Amino acid sequence: MNWKDYMITLLPELSIIAIIVLLLLIKIGSDGWQKDRFLYFINALLLLNFIAGLFIQPEGHLFHEMYKATRLTNIEKSILNGGVLLISLQSFSWLKLHKHAEEFYMLMLSSLLGMFFMISSNNLLQFYLGLELSTIPLAAICNFDLDKRQSSESAMKLILNSAFSSGLLLMGISLIYGATGSLNFSEIIPKLENSTLLLFAFVLVTSGFGFKISAVPFHLWTADVYQGAPVAVTSYLSVISKGSLFFVFTSVLYSLFRPLSNDWYPVICLLAVLTMVIGNLFALRQTNIKRLLAFSSIAQAGFILVGISANSVTGLSAVVYFILVYIFSNLGAFGVVSIISSYTGRETLIDYRGLYKTNPLLAWVLAISLFSLAGIPPTAGFFGKFFLLIAGAAKDNYALIIIAALNMVVSLYYYLVVVKTIFLHGDESPIEKLPVPILSRIALLICVAGMVALGLLGNVYDFIQSVCSNL
Amino acid sequence: MNLYILLIIPLLSSLTLLLLRGKDAIRWTALLGSALQLMAAIQTLRLYLAERSTGNKEPFLFESKLSWFSSLHINFHLGIDGISVCMIMLTALVVISGILVSWRVGERSREFFFLLSFLSLGAYGFFMSLDLFTLFFFLELAVIPKFLLICIWGSGDKEYSAMKLALMLMAGSALVFVGLMGIYYQASGGNADGFDLTAVSKMAIPVAVQKFFFPLLFIGFGIFGALFPFHTWVPDGHSSAPTAASMFLAGISMKLGGYGCIRVAAFLLPEAARYYSPAIVLLSTIAIIYGAFATMMQKDLKYINAYSSVSHCGFVLLGIGMLTPAAITGALLQMVSHGLMTALFFATIGMIYDRTHTRMVAQMGGLLKLIPFISATFVIAGLCSLGLPGFSGFVAEMSVFMGSWQNPDKWYRIATLLACASIVVTAVYIMRAVGQVVMGPVHEHESRHMQDGRWNERTAAVLLVAAIVLIGVAPFLINDIISPSTEKIMEQLNKLVSSK
Repeated sequence: MNWKDYMITLLPELSIIAIIVLLLLIKIGSDGWQKDRFLYFINALLLLNFIAGLFIQPEGHLFHEMYKATRLTNIEKSILNGGVLLISLQSFSWLKLHKHAEEFYMLMLSSLLGMFFMISSNNLLQFYLGLELSTIPLAAICNFDLDKRQSSESAMKLILNSAFSSGLLLMGISLIYGATGSLNFSEIIPKLENSTLLLFAFVLVTSGFGFKISAVPFHLWTADVYQGAPVAVTSYLSVISKGSLFFVFTSVLYSLFRPLSNDWYPVICLLAVLTMVIGNLFALRQTNIKRLLAFSSIAQAGFILVGISANSVTGLSAVVYFILVYIFSNLGAFGVVSIISSYTGRETLIDYRGLYKTNPLLAWVLAISLFSLAGIPPTAGFFGKFFLLIAGAAKDNYALIIIAALNMVVSLYYYLVVVKTIFLHGDESPIEKLPVPILSRIALLICVAGMVALGLLGNVYDFIQSVCSNL
Repeated sequence: MNLYILLIIPLLSSLTLLLLRGKDAIRWTALLGSALQLMAAIQTLRLYLAERSTGNKEPFLFESKLSWFSSLHINFHLGIDGISVCMIMLTALVVISGILVSWRVGERSREFFFLLSFLSLGAYGFFMSLDLFTLFFFLELAVIPKFLLICIWGSGDKEYSAMKLALMLMAGSALVFVGLMGIYYQASGGNADGFDLTAVSKMAIPVAVQKFFFPLLFIGFGIFGALFPFHTWVPDGHSSAPTAASMFLAGISMKLGGYGCIRVAAFLLPEAARYYSPAIVLLSTIAIIYGAFATMMQKDLKYINAYSSVSHCGFVLLGIGMLTPAAITGALLQMVSHGLMTALFFATIGMIYDRTHTRMVAQMGGLLKLIPFISATFVIAGLCSLGLPGFSGFVAEMSVFMGSWQNPDKWYRIATLLACASIVVTAVYIMRAVGQVVMGPVHEHESRHMQDGRWNERTAAVLLVAAIVLIGVAPFLINDIISPSTEKIMEQLNKLVSSK
């Protein structure tokens, strides 16, 4: 294998690295860049990166099988690239006023780079390094509302929790290494057997992941971190970070722990039920919109776990499809919240009264996103959620499916409360008409288009399933 | 006949509405859209009858199948039989009259008509779907527009009612979904035809599986159809909703439930339907009696009609529970008849409220002298509701009773007798309300200068009354459409019993 093959196989990672280096140079070399120009420039770069990722889809193994690139990992990376682009477009008005936009992008892209390595990992060591690279910069950007104390609190909570969960993961990894004498996935799998030691390792690894994907009972950090962090970071945490961890968690469960699948099934079911129920119950009483979306994203994680429990091709493709849909839906919601918060700083539910009267575009986008999150047709969220349940139902565990389906009803309540609030009560000091920057407007429209098209066009799901079944 | 036209017209008209500005443009577009819907529905009926008269005995006509999610075997599969045709006609009639009576809706008329058109899209799709997932898609599609309609344009405790309605209906559809999953995996093992209605109906589903999933499906659809004790969204939802939404809710939405019970629950799980039929009969008899007595206590016209809907929809479920051909035909007739009658009732209540600004029976009187046209329509709706011969209500309830009596079991006979007795109660509350509102001295609050029905209101009323009378005097017309399709369902219900 010559260096060209390396370059091509590593292209998704290399292009992110290139952008980071370029940002570094810009930061050092020029004080004179206008904020606007810089933001347009970086968004163009991200767009380019996204398009390149769509067209160049290398496959292969590198570094003694430490690194793998398959069609699935490429799709997952493209999904994340697209999500980051949308977040970047949406936070235009926030970054324009912020002093450290370059650093924000550097840190966010470093974290994305970590995720790419994590997704492509075929080795526990690389997986762990990728994971750390993806979380540590996040703690830094959580603190990006520099003059807000809540923001620092959120960063502190994130770093402590992720350190703790990384510790659990490392412990699990070292147990696996001790039992099998290898770090490489392909060498570990044949040696895995049903020993107590490995079960213990599995429990540790799952708890570590539980923290990262904020599954109940490991979710306690989520709401505070989401509320305190700037909206752009919150949406990154809830969509990109969570999505990538679900990609990895699924592949760890489906490949690494496949021999233990009878043992992990009840664990995942339990986590799913707890996560859905607790996430929903806590969301019911929230009055801060970011906190509400935080708990709703916990509940969504529960639904994804139902899909994962299927342990089948349908389960894998339902998870990937759901995360794709979830990116559009959650970013639609967070995009609106971000715009409103950056202009007015208002984030409680009461502030959204009568939003429809003054800002019909924002109101419709928010409503459609919430419908998609709630799983209401014809939005794609409906298909995403029910495909997860269809996949989960293959195990004939109908108690789980009934609980999940009824949880959708519970979650509908708090989504509808928001919808009701924005369409009614126009009388008492609604948010004034806000100028939505053109880039944010484009991002919101892309989200809406995604939510409508992904469901009605069945080809997207079929494509994902065909990729997943060819693994 | 391309059935997509019935989906494309409401879709296009609702999207067009979103682009329009100006009140007149909006309402005329909405009316045009619903008129086109009605024409398409009539054309469907005509072509359906023509095709049947050539001797085509296929269970479903005009089938068309598009692959939607091929890897999950989900198809966009449409087709109609006699039952669907009647439901489509019902939907078209209720929608056009709903749009006509909301002609003067004030604020946000664009959104109002958009949501109404969107609702009709859900209803048409539901009645035509032959794929279980598509059917479920359309079932859920028709819930949230109702929430918004009640929440934004409603009256009274509208937020509470809207939320209650949305959550209860969604809970119903959640149960339906679990039932469908059971059919998908247990009947077919998740293979190619697991969502195909006709294919599933030919599979032999183990009785234990049927018994487990039938209650989920039946209760799920039953919530839509006001199955006791899950009817509590009906009175609140109907009375808080704006007129057109009440018409749509009672006239069409509740029929989604009855249709689903027959088409999905009973048709696909016939043995479980037999097993559970005593329970269905018990619950529906309770609904009939309880609904009737609850109506007697109501003072608000909308509540009167809402509770009487619980009672009347009880007949639909009773007919289904009896499992005789005449009773099921009666149930379907009752669905159509109640849809038309209750839409007319809500329409006239809306018109009366516009003039008197009250819905309290005690605050009205002698309206026949002031607004004769509206009052006459009100009387017709009332008479149809209590089952006077010559109107559709009589035909439908008569068929249900006759069909029920064919079931010789003692339990069913007692239930039939009790249900018959409810007619007396119905007569009491209808006559009392009609007597107080349109007869007697003019109430002091009422102005002498109330305007009688406007052209739009008159058109709506005439359309609905014509349909009611047509079914009432020539029941064979609709019976001939429905019966062959009922026989298919009966075949299914009897096939498995005889094979044991």
